[in-house]
Amino acid sequence: MSESLQFPAHPTDVVEVSPPPTDEANQPLRPRSRRAAAARDTLIRSVAPVILALITGGILLLILGRDPLTFYGDIWQGGVQQGSWEDSAMRAAPLLLIAVGLIVVFRANIWNLGYNGQFLIGAALITGVAPHLAGTPIAVSLILLFLIAMLAGAAWTIVPALLKAYYGTNEIITTLMMSFIGIGVANILVKGPFQDPTVNIPQTRVIPLDRMLPSIPGTRIHIGVLVALAAAVIAHFVATRTSFGLRLHVLGANPRAAAHVGLSVRRLILYAFVVSGALVGAAAAADILGVWGYMRANWNPGYGDTVIPFVFLARLNALAVIPFIAFFAVLSNGGDLAASNANLPTDFLLVLVALILLFMTVIEYFGRQRDLGRSYLTPGLRRALRTPLRRRPRESQEVAP
Amino acid sequence: MTALHVAAATNIFSRAVLTSLLAGGVLAGVPLLLTALGESISERAGVLNLGLEGMMLLGAYIGFVGAYYGHSEVLGFVLGASGGALGASLMVVLCVWLGLDQIVVGIAITLAGEGITSVLQGAQFGSSYPRLGAPANLAIPVVDHIPVVGSSLFNESPIVYIGVLFAGFLVWLFRSTNIGLNLRAAGEKPEALDAAGVSVIATRSWAVLSTGALAGLGGAYLSIVAAGVFTPFMTQGQGYMAIVICMLARGRPLWVVFGAFLFGISLSIATALQLAGVNISTDVINMLPFVAIMLALVIFSRSSYLPPALALPYVRGAR
Amino acid sequence: MELLGITKTFPGVVANDEVSLALRRGEVHCLLGENGAGKSTLMAILAGMQQPDEGHIRVDGRETAIGSPRAALDHGIGTVYQHSTLVGPLTVVENLLLGDSRAIRLNVAGARRRLQEFAEMLGVEIDAEARADELALGRQQQVEIIKALWRGSRVLVLDEPTSMLTPQAVDELQKVLERLKETGLAIVFITHKLHEAVALADRISVLREGRVTGTLDPVRLQSITPSELEKEIVRLMFGDSDAAGEASELKVSVEAAEASEGEAQSGRGGEAALELQNASAPGDGSQPGIEDISLTVHLGEVLGIAGVDGNGQRALAEVISGQRRLKRGELHFLGAPIASMGVAQRERLGLRYVTDDRLGEGIVGGLPVSVNLVLKRIGQAPYWRRGRIRREAIERDAEQLVSQFDIRTPSIHQRAGTLSGGNIQKLLLARELSSDAKVVVFHKPTYGLDLKTTRTVRRMIGDLRDGRAALLISTDLDELLEVADRIAVLSRGRIVGTVENGPGAAEQVGRLMISDVSLGMEVAA
Repeated sequence: MSESLQFPAHPTDVVEVSPPPTDEANQPLRPRSRRAAAARDTLIRSVAPVILALITGGILLLILGRDPLTFYGDIWQGGVQQGSWEDSAMRAAPLLLIAVGLIVVFRANIWNLGYNGQFLIGAALITGVAPHLAGTPIAVSLILLFLIAMLAGAAWTIVPALLKAYYGTNEIITTLMMSFIGIGVANILVKGPFQDPTVNIPQTRVIPLDRMLPSIPGTRIHIGVLVALAAAVIAHFVATRTSFGLRLHVLGANPRAAAHVGLSVRRLILYAFVVSGALVGAAAAADILGVWGYMRANWNPGYGDTVIPFVFLARLNALAVIPFIAFFAVLSNGGDLAASNANLPTDFLLVLVALILLFMTVIEYFGRQRDLGRSYLTPGLRRALRTPLRRRPRESQEVAP
Repeated sequence: MTALHVAAATNIFSRAVLTSLLAGGVLAGVPLLLTALGESISERAGVLNLGLEGMMLLGAYIGFVGAYYGHSEVLGFVLGASGGALGASLMVVLCVWLGLDQIVVGIAITLAGEGITSVLQGAQFGSSYPRLGAPANLAIPVVDHIPVVGSSLFNESPIVYIGVLFAGFLVWLFRSTNIGLNLRAAGEKPEALDAAGVSVIATRSWAVLSTGALAGLGGAYLSIVAAGVFTPFMTQGQGYMAIVICMLARGRPLWVVFGAFLFGISLSIATALQLAGVNISTDVINMLPFVAIMLALVIFSRSSYLPPALALPYVRGAR
Repeated sequence: MELLGITKTFPGVVANDEVSLALRRGEVHCLLGENGAGKSTLMAILAGMQQPDEGHIRVDGRETAIGSPRAALDHGIGTVYQHSTLVGPLTVVENLLLGDSRAIRLNVAGARRRLQEFAEMLGVEIDAEARADELALGRQQQVEIIKALWRGSRVLVLDEPTSMLTPQAVDELQKVLERLKETGLAIVFITHKLHEAVALADRISVLREGRVTGTLDPVRLQSITPSELEKEIVRLMFGDSDAAGEASELKVSVEAAEASEGEAQSGRGGEAALELQNASAPGDGSQPGIEDISLTVHLGEVLGIAGVDGNGQRALAEVISGQRRLKRGELHFLGAPIASMGVAQRERLGLRYVTDDRLGEGIVGGLPVSVNLVLKRIGQAPYWRRGRIRREAIERDAEQLVSQFDIRTPSIHQRAGTLSGGNIQKLLLARELSSDAKVVVFHKPTYGLDLKTTRTVRRMIGDLRDGRAALLISTDLDELLEVADRIAVLSRGRIVGTVENGPGAAEQVGRLMISDVSLGMEVAA
């Protein structure tokens, strides 16, 4: 069922056994210029959607009677200037961990869309368990809490993973459903067993500052950011240099080939899900232990929703996603200030994210058409627009022998 | 069992509780019904519509604004349906015409719908949430006086009847019309439809547009009738629930009706239980439908059916 | 109807080059050519699926553009594609009604009557309410023909119509075509099989490399002897170069295989390489599984499996390769039970499988040739060490295999999906035959390949007689007669008989295929 759900932007830079493959093989280019062209191409395909989305967003702001320049200026001010870049860096930590978690499954062409539930379950458990670890050494406590969150996130993927592996049940649906359940369970935990008895608001106890993640010396930035960066580097290494990475890629690119060449598809699906869930759980740990220290009922930052476009823009490459996450961290951190200055809900950022996604798919389409030497228009559109004077070759899937 | 529990247990079946359960079930079930019926059209034609949530929100907001300023529910419903169709038109262009990935575009439409309606609501009304007056109901004579079911099922907004009748219409459309045949072929084997001289692109385009209109209508019902107010993110995953209902019903309209009202009732159990004096946290209640769906998926996972060409763009000549 | 100077190019290939054809009423016009000669493109242009870059199409003397399949139907051109265009879950009547009219309501009763008329005209019997995918393939094809004629077509285009049929169903098709011809229909019959063209055609046009190399009109067809005719056609199909020599060699080799019976015998009597005992496995979808199959492949032997496509071939191959679990029965490889082993384990033992679905499961198109060559050894030494990839090792062996198996690719870094069908097949052969292959299962190994590659592949299969063994599953009887030592016939998931290859084997195999399938047709009808 969902084996057929192929995302067209599947990584082409996989397993770097080869130089980035291009379709200009027929016109021999010197390797360097070819590589440069490919790099330029990738850059355009990745950055152009962001720029187009910002421009369209600006037009939307104009329509709403806001000054886009002020808005974007505020983002810069609130996201980068005067030390707010440190806040942005800390905002980036959970985003990056989730992004890496999504890259792991998306490379296998599995859609884990249950990140919100996985995240909140992890967060709730941390805030609930942390007070009980008050007596343990700080390092032990932190590592334990990270593990608990990771386990919780992973556990929340098990049912969809098993259903997908054994019955092929569409994991988009099951992970989404599990996500809603997870959000509910997290709320019940926060309002029930983990409720801070000393306050009336539904929230957990606050973890004291000295029990949270330490800062990198000389900054306010907590070390969770380093954890996230390390996770990205490791994920990239696993994806490009190890047999596990190649197996996941084969599964993602052609699940039938995976079965044909003897990969244990079920086990791979389970692994991919569990690793992904664990990384999302780690994101929760980094965010709670690094920034918040407590959790309020009905809190749902929805990091995963906003991360998805950047995961695709980075073409499921865990290293390439880092600058995109940095960009979005600034955007969202500064966006709070900009939105409140412009008297708009911060949900405006969702619109920007959606625009990035849409422009990305469109640009991907144009790029693909050009790669295949096709016209940009679909046959139907072209027929409608065709003039009797000009005839262009039609598309075909046939490949030159 | 304590006396309190026994009292609660007997109360559960009191007339007031049953009436509120049924009425609530209808209230909560109709948006699901309309949206899931819509999804059954596009799924049949081979388009997986993950943008339903966004289309519902668009319909809810635009419908609400229409009803609020136009002082007309009908106007609200019409605008709501067009709002949903507007969201769907994006999917038509990107997924059906250009063959882009349906999942990514679906997610984008949902995000855009969530963001834009929240922003517009904020820009238009600030932090105030104006309410509409009580919706106009259409009581069906005679049967509306039957106890319990009368006031809950036969004294409803016209949209409710339209929704149920539409399910019947879809049964007829799918079974005994050329349109239904074309839709099925577009989902099962688009190349066969193409070879038969019918445009796959056009078939799918109309299917997706109708889906959007129905989702928009469902959203409009949510804001105009069920809630009487628009709040951001008010659909709370109902778009996704509609997809699941459609999947479990294997796209059969009458089963969709059944499933939608079942889930509607499970959504409305909270109010009914509170009336009965049972106090359960709303978090548990809100979770129940999703738990039910997961259970259904676990139990029926082997028998849920999706058309083979679902979520695959059609490009002539591609194999 | 006339085609004038049709030219169609795809990136890198000229599929049709100035093709001109004339189609006449009451005549079967055969388009004959090798795989890749441009027949399918020409058919797609006739059916409105593709537009020519240059050239004109005239219908009844008037110039027309066939811009879409709908336009083709409106001009009275009905097409039966090589791959079924029936929608499986729909009934026969529903399939016929698909796209039939723009009216809202379905006219089921009318369609049923109409179907009855057509069935009588063709002299066949068809259940209107049967699900299309539950009909036998021959019956499905009859439905497709009716569908192509449904809107009053005057031209009927058949693309490789015999490729899925039993010999008996081919005879039936021939009768159907005779009847249709009498009604004044112009029939275009596309095939790559010479004897079919000779048997059926009133007029033969031969295509080579996108060009019409010659047309034999009815007068000429009547005037020359069969052997002269074949020689003439072979010359037109393959040119005057040594390719022609190869072609005739191919034909001759059939007799050679029959003659070299003694030699084939010598290889046998060896140890049992692969043994199935009462093996049963489920099918998938409309594809049947296998039922109670027992067979033995000896070392030094090529065992052929004949049968019409869709009779359990895939299930048989996958049971042996390990992709499908046995429901009942036993499976031994060189004496050891392997039924509980996975694909990877069997692969390491030396049991290999060359799949028929080359693009669908054979390769990962987005990965380079070099990686595709080690796809069945992911994680194993020497290509991986402690889970880490060793590119030098992969690339060194890839270079060697590419030259050894003559895989034509710009480099080993080329994405495998961009190679031509023949080169993808050579890639698969290189992967499966290298490093200690002992028993190899081939599934339709030459399907869709050009002549030269076909020859290479068949030679490689024969080479396995050197103490290794092969199981050759093929729907091409000629191929089996040429390569196999013994031929077992697979029908509806069962082995209905085994024939020693030799003089008369073709008839025996044909009889086995017919006997059981005709039974099946009765059940289906």
